[in-house]
Amino acid sequence: MKPPALLRVRGLHVELGSPERPVRAVDGIDLDVRPGETLALLGESGCGKSMTAFGVMRLLPPSGRITAGRVLFDDQDLLALPEREMRAVRGGSLGMIFQEPMTSLNPVMRIGDQIAESIRLHDKENLHRPRERAVELLEAVGIPDPRRRVDEYPHQLSGGMKQRVMVAIALAGQPRLLIADEPTTALDVTIQAQVLSLLKDLRQRTGMAVLLISHDLGVVAETADRVAVMYAGQLVEVCDAETFFSRPAHPYGRKLFSSLPTFGKRGRELEIIPGMVPPLDSDFSGCRFADRCDFFQDDCRVGEPAWRDLEDGHSVRCIHPRGGPLEPASDGERTTRQWMPGQALLDVDDLKVHFPIHKGVLRRVKGYVKAVDGVSLRLDSSHTLALVGESGCGKTTVGKGILRLIQPTAGRVLFDGDDLAGLSAGALRKRRADMQIIFQDPAASMNPRMPVGEIVAEGLRAQGLGGNREARQRRVAELLEQVGLPADSARRYPHEFSGGQRQRICVARALAVEPKLIVCDEPTSALDVSVQAQILNLFTELQQRLKLSYLFITHDISVVSFIAHEVAVMYLGRIVEQGRVDEVLDQPKHPYTLALLSAVPVIDSDQRREVIRLEGDMPSPANPPTGCHFHPRCAYAMPVCRERYPDISRISASHTAACWLLEQD
Amino acid sequence: MTPVILSTDALLFLLLAGVAAFVWHARRHEHLRRPWRHVARSNIGMATAVILLAYVSLGVLDSMHFESRGGMASDDIISLFDVVASDLRERQEKTYSAPFSAWLYTKETLELPDGRVARGYPRLKWGGASLDDPLAERAADIARRALLGLLQALALSAVVYLPLAWSRGRRQRVAVPAMLRGFFIERRGETAWPAFNITLVALLLCGFVMASLAGEYHLFGTDKVGEDVFYQALKSIRTGLLIGTLTTLVMLPAALFLGILAGYFRGWVDDLVQYLYTTLSSIPGVLLIAAAILMLQVYMSEHAEEFNSLVQRADLRLLFLCVILGITSWTTLCRLLRGETLKLRELEYVQAAQAFGVRGLTIISRHILPNTMHIVLISIVLDFSGLVLAEAVLAYVNIGVDPTMNSWGNMINSARLELAREPIVWWSLAAAFVFMFVLVLAANLFADVVRDAFDPRLGRGRG
Amino acid sequence: MMAYIIRRVLYAIPILIGVNIITFVLFFVVNSPDDMARLHLGVKRVTPEAIQSWKREHGYDKPLLYNAGRSGVAFLTDTIFFQNSVKLFSGDFGLSDSGRDIGYDISQRMWPSLAIAVPTLLVGLAINITLSLMLALFRATYLDFWGVVTAVVMMSISSLFYIIGGQFLLGKLLHLVPISGYDTGWSALKFLVLPVIIGVIGGIGSGVRWYRTLFLEEIGKDYVRTARAKGLGELRVMFGHVLRNALIPILTGVVVVLPLLFMGSLLIESFFGIPGLGSYTIDAINRQDFAIVRSMVFLGSVLYILGLILTDISYTLVDPRVRLS
Repeated sequence: MKPPALLRVRGLHVELGSPERPVRAVDGIDLDVRPGETLALLGESGCGKSMTAFGVMRLLPPSGRITAGRVLFDDQDLLALPEREMRAVRGGSLGMIFQEPMTSLNPVMRIGDQIAESIRLHDKENLHRPRERAVELLEAVGIPDPRRRVDEYPHQLSGGMKQRVMVAIALAGQPRLLIADEPTTALDVTIQAQVLSLLKDLRQRTGMAVLLISHDLGVVAETADRVAVMYAGQLVEVCDAETFFSRPAHPYGRKLFSSLPTFGKRGRELEIIPGMVPPLDSDFSGCRFADRCDFFQDDCRVGEPAWRDLEDGHSVRCIHPRGGPLEPASDGERTTRQWMPGQALLDVDDLKVHFPIHKGVLRRVKGYVKAVDGVSLRLDSSHTLALVGESGCGKTTVGKGILRLIQPTAGRVLFDGDDLAGLSAGALRKRRADMQIIFQDPAASMNPRMPVGEIVAEGLRAQGLGGNREARQRRVAELLEQVGLPADSARRYPHEFSGGQRQRICVARALAVEPKLIVCDEPTSALDVSVQAQILNLFTELQQRLKLSYLFITHDISVVSFIAHEVAVMYLGRIVEQGRVDEVLDQPKHPYTLALLSAVPVIDSDQRREVIRLEGDMPSPANPPTGCHFHPRCAYAMPVCRERYPDISRISASHTAACWLLEQD
Repeated sequence: MTPVILSTDALLFLLLAGVAAFVWHARRHEHLRRPWRHVARSNIGMATAVILLAYVSLGVLDSMHFESRGGMASDDIISLFDVVASDLRERQEKTYSAPFSAWLYTKETLELPDGRVARGYPRLKWGGASLDDPLAERAADIARRALLGLLQALALSAVVYLPLAWSRGRRQRVAVPAMLRGFFIERRGETAWPAFNITLVALLLCGFVMASLAGEYHLFGTDKVGEDVFYQALKSIRTGLLIGTLTTLVMLPAALFLGILAGYFRGWVDDLVQYLYTTLSSIPGVLLIAAAILMLQVYMSEHAEEFNSLVQRADLRLLFLCVILGITSWTTLCRLLRGETLKLRELEYVQAAQAFGVRGLTIISRHILPNTMHIVLISIVLDFSGLVLAEAVLAYVNIGVDPTMNSWGNMINSARLELAREPIVWWSLAAAFVFMFVLVLAANLFADVVRDAFDPRLGRGRG
Repeated sequence: MMAYIIRRVLYAIPILIGVNIITFVLFFVVNSPDDMARLHLGVKRVTPEAIQSWKREHGYDKPLLYNAGRSGVAFLTDTIFFQNSVKLFSGDFGLSDSGRDIGYDISQRMWPSLAIAVPTLLVGLAINITLSLMLALFRATYLDFWGVVTAVVMMSISSLFYIIGGQFLLGKLLHLVPISGYDTGWSALKFLVLPVIIGVIGGIGSGVRWYRTLFLEEIGKDYVRTARAKGLGELRVMFGHVLRNALIPILTGVVVVLPLLFMGSLLIESFFGIPGLGSYTIDAINRQDFAIVRSMVFLGSVLYILGLILTDISYTLVDPRVRLS
């Protein structure tokens, strides 16, 4: 017997923008959340999942409005409540936390006061002792030293801590349902693991239900009891988590799985979803996924598909639902290439990038932020080296230091046998044709006031390549074709393209000067899974065709396992472990690598490892801990770790790590 | 009739040429046209644009100078506007007269037809001169002339709009009445033509009625020396426009150059530029202007022989005032540009260009300069109204434009002294107020629309 | 913090030197003291002797930068630059061209200036914040729309008209307050009312519009959404969260002008005949008294820089995020 639902959403419609041409962000949604369960609302960006949450909370932005539907919370229609009564529910039995913990707290108010505000509104019992209650709540969400923290301001806390405070604020109202809108998207994996386990923990302790909104299949797999998949303003599939992750029925959901990069899919093309999500201000007839569906048949266009119940609690909005289990991730070539020490294309030795800290009346240098502190790397031609680490570990600075976009403080960078530091300004400028960079945010990496043709031709122009104007135009058309864009793109402007297309333009621009090395700085982090697959395919294809080498900077382990040949793991300005991708990912030796890998949410429950929780946050590179940088957070820390930084231990010909544990063997 | 190009005229024409070149350039670049389309969609934007255009046309008309005869006396440099409004200019009375009045404002000893002598208000030489008995006929005459102007304006509008509606309608297969409806009531397409057309027709009505009335009366009375106040107010338009635009433009190159240089190269260049603008902005603006203008006066009285006409002398002072006002106000723009450049230089497309080995100055001209232009434009339109208002204040302190030059500030300043009169002489103030207010209000509203179009982040303020 | 303040004060020195050099160049190099003498004595038919004696009377008969006729320290000190520009640093403003002690005049005249400027600032601030908060509270309604329109209309009117209109309406027609003049002690109060009212009204347009933008900018931020998600009412969100954050730019914007209040308001003081520093400056400009203008330029710069330093300090007091370094 199913318990009655705590939250029942019926036919919810939310519109944004002008009434003449509204964006139908939520276009008729039915949703049940039962007491104590975690329902994940899964979907890619722009599908309307956040607007659903804001609609339930009645917290829509000024341009948004609910045009139809009912939101029954405890059999009470929230949409019919007067605002005054709604306020008693909002923040009380219905709590919410948001995606951006960095900006979601009032910067000029002590966090204790921000929690107390909620206590005064919703917690009658603790009305007289808000401060004590705030301390208790901070303790409950795992903030160390809550008595001191309660008087601090948000900027004194790290991102993960702020999200914990947000949870504490929601807890103050003793919620029966917590809506968590992408609660960990802005956080690093190890911090994400902390926050997710906190949410799980709280759910068990308080029995509250959670409506988790996420785009991340891994996060959903680790936390959800049931899953609702959203596409273009509508739900397309609802079922329990186990069913969804073993045998999803809607082609869209199945496609999402097959476009995920994994180790098993190495050497093959990832499956992609062609085209993009249709704009929500268009008029739909028929299935909204039809244009992108592999199993499209003519009847998909006729009328909106009705819900079909496949089995108990599994319904799908598709005329031709798929059955059966997902294809197992086939074991491709486990090791694509053998490690063959040859002529290195890039040989980085003890690279250091230090930024001075000025202090005092005379602004004298009083210390350094050691963003990169002695990094040595080696990258062979037509190989991919992934540089992995959490935000603030200095991985981007390494990339820019190698390209001399930032002047390194010390160290040697041999590129194709030449020391880049020894080159004259003119020679370096010439050399830049050989090494290019692609950035994370394709929107910010193109001048919005230049047509795409000009953008792609920039390198040709700067390097004096490509001949005259006409030849250059021909070359630009060729490049655009190479990255899979129509030739008429050259005359259009960046804003006319989607995120994935923009990243293709950036690739074309880098390819223009025929580089040997491309530094890819999180090139797919801003993209949705299905688009990410397209770009990853492009990278592997280009590598095979043009013998390119990539220095792939990322925090995403699944991307690493799909694309990289070698991996280097960075922590606080130094590399703690490097080796072949199978060695590092399968047999990590450094405790940090271990913790990092265990924190990555995994879809396949068989592969799930026990999460090694890392306490606290990464220290500041201005003031790194003595000895091994990792020792304050390390479960295996020994006295020697506090005193001296460990030397590099060789585990195999290609696999090294810097840890005292290894030296003792 | 030899053309004379005063230095401010030259700058104004340069500015217009620049605007024309920009329009030509922008026509072919979508990203430049887009924000302007936003302006064109706004009713307020289009309505105020009409008013501003009307002011600008008068100002330009008043900037085409030439020597009328031989060029012996200084007053003989006149403008095209003076020719058009020669009636207004030449109908000089003896002294004050009230708006629409047929008599002087001061009593004089009159010789009556019968030879007796009495104290009374003498008839004006021009104002209401065609009337035999002003007391009885004036109201009817005013109504008749106003109606005439009204009809002329309506006729002109019909002549313009009917054929347009007919030819457009034929091409688009729309009936003329529907087409007219589209012109004036319901917009067809995105551009706010109804607001544009309605304002234009309203402006025509006002203009024709005023012109028709001004043919017989002194619409805003006359001043102390009997000059027509309406004429003065119209002449002041050029002064206001020049102060509002040239000031920003004179120092624009310096602000752009220094601001971007400081932001892009940082280090000691930045220190130097920051020192420069902090020092300049720490001097109270009014005092710097006062000091500079006093110095200019000394210089001019010492070198009086170098100026062969009063007009040229006044023009030089106007230009100098623009420069010195510019010096006090460029620092804000420079600071904004420096900040924006600091932000832009960290952007990834600038870094991508660096990764190609593009040289610093090329990066500035290709990537940074085009992306700071919206700030320049916004600050030009936002500063405009403030500068027009500042002119009036400076005139009050006697450090504004040359006292011989027509300007709203000078009108207010001279009228202020007459406020103590009983009954008071209010019309100079009223005229200056109306003309200034309409311009500044239109400019403020237009600036708002432009700012919203070019910087959505700033414009988030509107609900 | 202390190091920062010391650094800022030290940084003020080169700026003041810069200001000094600019004024020196403007007053003594572009035009020689001879030119000034001629301007004062009338251009035509001035004997060289008259010029000499005028210069001697006003202390402008010394060489500009160095005195070749003197030795030792006097080589540099017995010059116009030292006597008239360097001495300003010690607060010695010297004598005006009409022979009065400028320092004494300033110390006397700053009180009436303050008596007008401080109430104008405080009352104006209170009214502007209240009105803009109201517009922000009723954002996207007709009240907001017409409020903004009124503000734009008000800021399109020259301050001269506010003064003239106010004098005419309140003083001349209604006879509520004296049109102009000043008195000492409490009886000054009735002379202050009109200038303060006009000063406040003149500032409403731009003030309300600007503050409203600040409020709306804050309202769009994420933490406001958090506050609403707690179940706080609109008023408590406004007063508890938005106002606090928006007050930071408002207050620091006020702090920067605080020192400049001493300088008074040029227009209002001179229109209402208030013997403050504003009218002092205007009179000096009209009488072409270069010594006073020079002193006021220097005083203004000092106060401006003081304002900048105070602004930085006030940031640390009201915004917990800012720590000076």
